[in-house]
Amino acid sequence: MLKEGQVRIPAGCAISGIMNKKGEVFSGRDIIKSIAVMHDRSNGLGGGFAAYGIYPEFKNHYAFHLFYENKKVKQETEFVLNKLFNIELAEPIPTRDVSSIGKAPLIWRYFAKPKANQIQANETEAEYVVNFVMKINSELEGAYVFSSGKNMGTFKGVGYPEDIGDFYRLDEYKGYIWTAHGRFPTNTPGWWGGAHPFSLLDWTIVHNGEISSYDANRRYLEMYGYKCTLQTDTEAITYIFDLLLRKFGLPLDSAINIVAAPFWSKISRMNPEQQKLMKSLRAVFSSLLINGPFSIILGSTNGFMALNDRLKLRSLVAAEKGDNLYIASEESAILEICKNPDKTWAPRGGEPVIGLLDGKESLYCFDETQEEEVVRHSVAL
Amino acid sequence: MSVVIDAKGIYYKDLNERIREVLRTGVNELVLDNVNGQRYIGDGISGSQTLVINGTPGNDMAAYMDGLKLIINGNAQDAIGNTMNDGIIIIHGNAGDTLGYAMRGGEIYVKGNVGYRVGIHMKGYKDKNPVIVVGGRAGDFFAEYMAGGIQIVLGLDLPPGEKIVGDFCGTGMHGGVIYLRGEVEEYQLGKEVKVVPVEEEDLIIISKYVKNYAEFFNIDYQEIMQKPFVKLIPYNTRPYGNLYAKY
Repeated sequence: MLKEGQVRIPAGCAISGIMNKKGEVFSGRDIIKSIAVMHDRSNGLGGGFAAYGIYPEFKNHYAFHLFYENKKVKQETEFVLNKLFNIELAEPIPTRDVSSIGKAPLIWRYFAKPKANQIQANETEAEYVVNFVMKINSELEGAYVFSSGKNMGTFKGVGYPEDIGDFYRLDEYKGYIWTAHGRFPTNTPGWWGGAHPFSLLDWTIVHNGEISSYDANRRYLEMYGYKCTLQTDTEAITYIFDLLLRKFGLPLDSAINIVAAPFWSKISRMNPEQQKLMKSLRAVFSSLLINGPFSIILGSTNGFMALNDRLKLRSLVAAEKGDNLYIASEESAILEICKNPDKTWAPRGGEPVIGLLDGKESLYCFDETQEEEVVRHSVAL
Repeated sequence: MSVVIDAKGIYYKDLNERIREVLRTGVNELVLDNVNGQRYIGDGISGSQTLVINGTPGNDMAAYMDGLKLIINGNAQDAIGNTMNDGIIIIHGNAGDTLGYAMRGGEIYVKGNVGYRVGIHMKGYKDKNPVIVVGGRAGDFFAEYMAGGIQIVLGLDLPPGEKIVGDFCGTGMHGGVIYLRGEVEEYQLGKEVKVVPVEEEDLIIISKYVKNYAEFFNIDYQEIMQKPFVKLIPYNTRPYGNLYAKY
């Protein structure tokens, strides 16, 4: 079977996201209803969801979700996993039969903590996990880690998104952030790994659009050890944000001004201080400019950020009601689950919609507990 | 005679079939309740009947529409009135991107704001002269590649600092006319556009459509007309005429 990168797939797509700023959890029913309204933006060849706050019992464990094409590669992968991690629980991800969903791969999840003695002295825990994900996805044919964060998970496959949600029994999970994607590739290898969201650590990306800067972005990312194994633009966008926000520690607004950089004509009208910053960002990170039409939702443990390309070549609507923030490709997808929003607006090109949990100042927080975790491990060992 | 359809949960294809069936019976007015996201409403339909849409109709409403009157009690989404030939659309809310794409006749009135690329490649020929009136503001690339017709933006109730149109206004414009009730900065304009004063004959056109707007949305006409308009026209009717073939 041909996989991503072996055939070209221009995408249409729908995206939707909901978050509760107080961190109150709610079932996956709403996000399924929302994405289902935009049924005709996708064509049944990919759907998926990201959910945050769903694994409170294992909130300090990495929740790895994996696809396997066969039992042999599962065994090989578990060998690596056991070597690098202490696994608390391994189980097939519960699914239900949905007539429209075709043959699924083996779908497993593992709640695991890194083995402290395996982490290199110059390596952070997050780095360790990233290296593991890159290793499995690039070296083990037929195995694919599609989720690797804590107290969150992505669920995706080949089918319409509402059917994929039903398949994974998302109505039975409760999260405080949900994002969803319906895919419209006009030509597809029909591989489950190719569906959105794309995910690394706690980051998830759902994306409507098509990026023409893919190769420039990929070459830059590869210099920092990322392996774009799927050869899709959305995978690259996920790694760009991981690199800028986690590895480089840049503020979110700088990351936004890198990927959706203001036009030079606009920069020329800014004040001298802003000009200096914008010119520096464009010069230093020119390879991370995302060119081409996109609307994305970047999810993380602390909240989400929705963004359009500078020319707004894809649609995006946002709404607020009480503590809830909504974002979707179409307003009807929001109104389906929120009858009378307090406020509805269409973000401009390059203008982010940022939703943070109360008390959080940034989308990125993965390292907050890390030191403590490592110490505890080394004591235990 | 008026007929009501409850559109809640009806798939767009079935809804549009029912709309056509009902209109074929010759009713004057068809009311659609609980519309939410159903696409293609009013597409390719000829006639002079009225469709009242309560809710948020989906994308590509009124494409190739020829004569119907649509009243939308709610916001409209993207790509409304694509290549619309005749009729009238009254939107009691905002509208999304590419409203009036390649529109070639009829009138669209939006009470509030509109998105990006509104009136892109609108065209006019002889008695076919499409009109878009926007009560609030318009996004970037307003009137991109506009080739004919009339677009009026009123900028009513703009928050302080808000501009009446976005950037790249009239980029590639080579026909038709834009009237803005307010100022526009030079940098906001495409290089094919120039600002000229409003003449007596322009005011006749403006007042005609602003009167309609005021009536549809129950807003004081005199008050709207108190603020001056500017007129935007293309420098050249064929800016790219010599781009590929130099004669």
